[in-house]
Amino acid sequence: MEIWDQLGEWLANLIKTILGALNLPLDWNIVVLKLIGVVTVATFGLLLVILLTWIERKVAARFQDRFGPNRAGPFGLLQAIADMIKLITKEDITPSGADKIAFNIAPILGVVSVLLIWAVIPFSSVWFGTEINVGVLYIAAVGSFGVISILMAGWSSNNKYALLGAFRSVAQLVSYEVPLFLTLLVPVLLGRTMGVNGIVKAQDTWFVILAPLPALIFFISSLAEIGRTPFDLLEAESEIVAGFHIEYSGMKYAMFMAGEFLHAFTIAVLTAILFFGGWQGPGAAEFPLLGLIYLFAKSFVFYFLVIWIRTTLPRVRIDHMLAFNWKFLTPLSLVLLMVTALLEKAFEADALRIPVLFGANLLVLIITVQILRIVSKRQQRELKTFEPRPVAVPPPAEEVSA
Amino acid sequence: MTALQVIFLATAAMILFSAWMVVTRRNLVHAALYLVLTLFGVAVLFVLLEATFLAVVQVLIYIGAIAILMIFAIMLTRRVASDDTVVANHNAGWAAMLAVLVFSSLVIIMGAWSQFTTFASPLTRPGVPSNELGQEIVAELGQSLVDPDAYVIPFEVASVLLLAALIGAIVVAWQKDK
Repeated sequence: MEIWDQLGEWLANLIKTILGALNLPLDWNIVVLKLIGVVTVATFGLLLVILLTWIERKVAARFQDRFGPNRAGPFGLLQAIADMIKLITKEDITPSGADKIAFNIAPILGVVSVLLIWAVIPFSSVWFGTEINVGVLYIAAVGSFGVISILMAGWSSNNKYALLGAFRSVAQLVSYEVPLFLTLLVPVLLGRTMGVNGIVKAQDTWFVILAPLPALIFFISSLAEIGRTPFDLLEAESEIVAGFHIEYSGMKYAMFMAGEFLHAFTIAVLTAILFFGGWQGPGAAEFPLLGLIYLFAKSFVFYFLVIWIRTTLPRVRIDHMLAFNWKFLTPLSLVLLMVTALLEKAFEADALRIPVLFGANLLVLIITVQILRIVSKRQQRELKTFEPRPVAVPPPAEEVSA
Repeated sequence: MTALQVIFLATAAMILFSAWMVVTRRNLVHAALYLVLTLFGVAVLFVLLEATFLAVVQVLIYIGAIAILMIFAIMLTRRVASDDTVVANHNAGWAAMLAVLVFSSLVIIMGAWSQFTTFASPLTRPGVPSNELGQEIVAELGQSLVDPDAYVIPFEVASVLLLAALIGAIVVAWQKDK
């Protein structure tokens, strides 16, 4: 660990020397330091994308009994770099009649909306971009820039299919935000704080034990939020050409893709932080680097899960997707929020808190499964009582001859 | 000039510019996008005042909900999202006058306040460390919403109103001939 401390000290001294040489007033020094922080976190996020594309292609290839990229560099590690060069040198096409400013801002906004989340993510007990006391609310709020970017991209492309794609995307994002935010409240309730680092610190027992169902709902609605399989009907390659970004090419298209990849990893990180203890682990409080390793180990497990679901689950139908959200996830997360709030208050400092909350989740699960069983049986009965559909009959022979 | 002042002036200039663009753009989608920029600028002002909760709520509600709803409505309405929309009607003069009146009276009232030109000292509270004060304030805000001595009645009235709107939306969208 000493070498890391020394490195940190050396960096701090370097920045101090440079700032001293610039001879700025004190408050400008703070601005410069914050800017360095912003650039560091954002660059880290963007560099991560290079690794993520490689992981995704490799893992997906294994699921499909292929090798995946294995030509450029060891294990194909340089493939992402080659792809980047290709994308940068591609022709940049702006469709005629496009709204140029909105068309160019939209991809940037899309990436920024994801990068903004990384500002509040605690990498370890002492390493985070910033610690604001309403971190969870902030995560919910910056997502709306992503929605705006999709609407801007769809509208400014001057293409009715892009606009339709944008409407479909936004309808999906806005509706799945409801269960997502409702389950975001559960860690806030259990941790007694809206600060993200505070929530991690409160997880002596991981919140997934206290709230397994909210964790599951959070993960599912996050999947819908990033538009991954089984909710990827917005840009289903095998059915439609593309979604809202149909008119984008080259690096601008790559920026949407980068935002999407990073968002997929971000929801894995958020799941790890909100429900699986974040950087918590043996020895993590003393050695910050260990916390970073724990967080990334947990996150990559969930990222693997995202890819696993992507490569193995078929796409859902649009009406199923909406019914699943409004008739299943939303009521269930409302019930879970109320149950958690009541029991958490009743067993606040009790030793029974963990078994009671876990048991309540189990009970809700059993009741839900029973209700689903009854509903599905009734639907099957309704299906059986359908009127027989008219069978196509050939027209009388004299009409055909006439 | 301090850094805070420079950032404030830049933000204020951005807000004024984008607000002007909102009311003058002929293209309603552009106007709505500039409105997003204006609302974001106001959120930045809240951050400068260290009102993090208000800033985040500003982004969440005004940009995340209201602005998106407006853009949706504009895009779904036929022929509105084109460049030949008439932006001003005969009330424009009255509206401008009213705006000038409100602004000047605000300036007069604020100018008469003795602490208008002094810097406010950072918010402190005895017994609460400064890094937990924000959390404390948000908790108090939440409690005052359900406190009978504070805002429970407005809160409940708003809840009933929203519930009525929800039910109304379902009734409107209901297919009767099913």
